[in-house]
Amino acid sequence: MTTGTGDGLVWLDTPAFPEAARTALADTQLRGNLRRATGTIRDKRLAVTGELADWEQLRAAGAALKRRTLRHLDCYLVELEESVTRAGGTVHWAADADQANRIVTELVRAAGADEVVKVKSMATQEIGLNEALAEAGIAAYETDLAELIVQLGGDRPSHILVPAIHRNRGEIQGIFRREMAAWGRPAPEGLTDEPRALAEAARLHLREKFLRARVAVSGANFAIAGTGTVGVVESEGNGRMCLTLPQTLITVMGIEKVLPAWSDLEVFLQLLPRSSTGERMNPYTSTWTGRTPGDGPQDFHLVLLDNGRTATLADTVGRQALACIRCSACLNVCPVYERTGGHAYGSVYPGPIGAVLTPQLAGVDKAPSLPFASTLCGACYDACPVKINIPEVLAHLRAEVVESKRRSHRAPTPEALVMRAAAAALATPRRLSAAQRSARLGSHLLARKGRIGRLPGPLRAWSDSRDSPQPPAETFHAWWRRTHPGETRSGESR
Amino acid sequence: MRVALFITCFNDTLYPETGKAVVRLLERLGHTVEFPADQTCCGQMHFNTGYRPEATPLARRFAEVFAGYDAVVSPSASCTGMVRDSHELLTGSRPPQVYELSEFLVDVLGVTDVGAYFPHRVTYHPTCHSLRMLRVGDRPLRLLRAVKGIDLVELPAADSCCGFGGTFALKNAGTSAAMLADKADCVLRTGAEVLSAADNSCLMHIGGGLSRIRSGVRTLHLAEILAATEGDAR
Ligand code: SF4
Repeated sequence: MTTGTGDGLVWLDTPAFPEAARTALADTQLRGNLRRATGTIRDKRLAVTGELADWEQLRAAGAALKRRTLRHLDCYLVELEESVTRAGGTVHWAADADQANRIVTELVRAAGADEVVKVKSMATQEIGLNEALAEAGIAAYETDLAELIVQLGGDRPSHILVPAIHRNRGEIQGIFRREMAAWGRPAPEGLTDEPRALAEAARLHLREKFLRARVAVSGANFAIAGTGTVGVVESEGNGRMCLTLPQTLITVMGIEKVLPAWSDLEVFLQLLPRSSTGERMNPYTSTWTGRTPGDGPQDFHLVLLDNGRTATLADTVGRQALACIRCSACLNVCPVYERTGGHAYGSVYPGPIGAVLTPQLAGVDKAPSLPFASTLCGACYDACPVKINIPEVLAHLRAEVVESKRRSHRAPTPEALVMRAAAAALATPRRLSAAQRSARLGSHLLARKGRIGRLPGPLRAWSDSRDSPQPPAETFHAWWRRTHPGETRSGESR
Repeated sequence: MRVALFITCFNDTLYPETGKAVVRLLERLGHTVEFPADQTCCGQMHFNTGYRPEATPLARRFAEVFAGYDAVVSPSASCTGMVRDSHELLTGSRPPQVYELSEFLVDVLGVTDVGAYFPHRVTYHPTCHSLRMLRVGDRPLRLLRAVKGIDLVELPAADSCCGFGGTFALKNAGTSAAMLADKADCVLRTGAEVLSAADNSCLMHIGGGLSRIRSGVRTLHLAEILAATEGDAR
């Protein structure tokens, strides 16, 4: 029995992105699963966002609301704490993952429990809560269907919304049959790979846990500063079971999830389901305000998690990543994610948003290959319901990675040397033309019938799957000089 | 109107024919083009790979070389995007007004029928930077539809990235090649003889893949199709 999903922000055993991606690219089953799944969600999203005449205004409103809230985050967080406390809840502040895990562990112990049921939550995966609870002898049961599949499979999530997107029905059937017994109620005899049968097996398995649990742990999609209301948006209703049945509810929420007022939900409850599952409305939206005597959990704790967020907020370009509402639209449209899947990113936050969020929350040195795991094609920016300019942040973080290498390496990296040489060659037309001459000479040795098959050195990676053109005898500069004599405005440097 | 051509270092070195086509086309439309000989590079590769201190002098040089022109036209969507979106960040001042070729023709000159003749089956890849950075929309297609003799066929999944991404193709060669293979498949499904785009860098990448599999499909920059006339067809 493994401890299950999500073991922290950065997975230390995952190699740099290009290498991790190689494994995924070689797995044709995985690529097929991903292509089908992302393709389906993509089409659904386009259909339900296209049908709203004011979709672009909604996006603009979402972006503006989030950015404004982030600018005044300190005020809204204090207001939230006051509101939650007034409503009978208790607010805890956690500067990092360790603190948050300690707080939750102590709360579970204080409730006298040795197990918790969990609502799907990115924040608790980010801090590696399940692993921390396991160390303290507390079992954490994931109740979201896809999280359950990941947990039972001893696997890791590969998508924000559909953590088991890399699995198909047959694989899920196998996991249920093999693993369910070790965690509780075993899979029914003769379980097939029919979606209905799989869902029913999960229902029976989970029902036992819901009815027994005394403590639930959840994340939150939003919390309203003005009222102290916390909310979770989901599709299955398993979250609502967790949020209503146990006596104690502990919610771990990143500090950036606060919203000023109830009325702001008008925007986000439209943006989120349409962008994430491609539905007009999600089946379950649960909200609770502190404690309601005689109804639902009688003990409510809200753990507000920083874990790198205030540092991210200090970066005027990078902070927009904190506006993310975790809809996963950017993953579903990303051509890189579609080929590599989520595991290659080595983080609970995969895909385009992961490539900008993970290095910021953990520090660029902890995930230096992620900002480069993109062609900067811009599909993510177009899809994002809160208009996070992911390509802009990627380019910004690339500069930080390069700077940090410059600072920490005494000798320049080979790439830095090439870049420096290229910059020198491009500094004036005369130097450029000298470089072009040597490239042309070199290419003569490699070319056959005007095309170059194999290139040497680092360019091998290019020529493994592509031919290259042979540079023509005359550059454009030279042609212009020859055909427009006198019209060439010559400068100092030539 | 003083119009300058920004050829880009990449086209200068590998695809001078594209630059000649731009000159031929604009002259045919009655405009003279100047070519400031001190131009080199917009700094895109350095900027996108994280080498900002190296990109900055290139952006500064660009501003100096192209100061004083009413418009700069460039046969590269990604270099145009680099100047428009990122030069100010590097230099601290507004860059010269640069147009990608299709923008210049449709928006500035107000033409869609440029009097071209190109009797071939063509499919068009609207590169990511044309689509999502410059938002050129269907301008290139409007220009191509007006070309006489052309058999323009729609490219399936046209708006998906081809996997080039500059140094991405080297740093993440495996992923880049997987994306390339899918793009090449889509091109082959059209049965086109010619694949066109507004950026030779994407075309070099896709064309390199098409050549490796001996597909027989040629790649040709949009400018070269628009510059072609009945006189060129033997
Ligand atoms: S970055 Fe935007 S598109 Fe991606 S998950 Fe966050 S909100 Fe959704």
